[in-house]
Amino acid sequence: MTHTLDITQEHCPMTFVRTKLKLAQIEKGDILEVLLSEGEPLENVPRSAEEQGFKVIAVEHVEGPVHRVIIEK
Amino acid sequence: MGIIENALTKSEAKSVKKLSIIAFSGDFDKLTAVFTLATGAAAVGYEVNIFFTFWGLDAIKQKRGRAFVGGNWLTKLFGFLMGGVKVAPNSRFNFLGAGPRIFRHLMRKKNIATLEELMEAANALGVNLYACEMAMLVLGLEKKDFIHEVKDVLGVATFLRISEGGETLFI
Repeated sequence: MTHTLDITQEHCPMTFVRTKLKLAQIEKGDILEVLLSEGEPLENVPRSAEEQGFKVIAVEHVEGPVHRVIIEK
Repeated sequence: MGIIENALTKSEAKSVKKLSIIAFSGDFDKLTAVFTLATGAAAVGYEVNIFFTFWGLDAIKQKRGRAFVGGNWLTKLFGFLMGGVKVAPNSRFNFLGAGPRIFRHLMRKKNIATLEELMEAANALGVNLYACEMAMLVLGLEKKDFIHEVKDVLGVATFLRISEGGETLFI
């Protein structure tokens, strides 16, 4: 199952908080697509997801500063 | 051998990602810093412990506004004057209590999490909250006066054991 989360309007630390809470809610094997802005969220959300044992499948540029990070739980 | 064992234990302990914060201040801005660090660290996989002591205890009182909480008339008066998290003052530019309201307004306007939202997030992320036993007794408080998220009432020795092997901050 694929879930989406838009944190483009969020700021530190809620970018990480919302991602972490969403990842906690979904089932193992589910996909989470996170829309986020460049800068700190883009640099750190994929890294911290990997550090916590999640699989980052792709990081794609959407438009302007917005990127999509695809994470598998 | 003893030294090697000790060194191994220390290096293993260092690999645990852990942040422990001593929340001494009951100021709105400093509590916002405490909960920003706590939630950010918990969200990126740290074990987070917050040890509330002295004025920091105001943040975890059940009575979030002004209330005569305490054991005798003196501590009750203190309890009223200090109040709870809802009336936490700014460390600077408090303007008789208007400062935190201005900050809350600015934070909401910029879509930045307020102290209350950060405290909720800390709970959802499993941040461990502890109260200092000594400060609790001095201020005439009891464990039942604190929010139920407070895991335990501790002394220094237990806090040191809990925080061992991680980073510790004093705010």
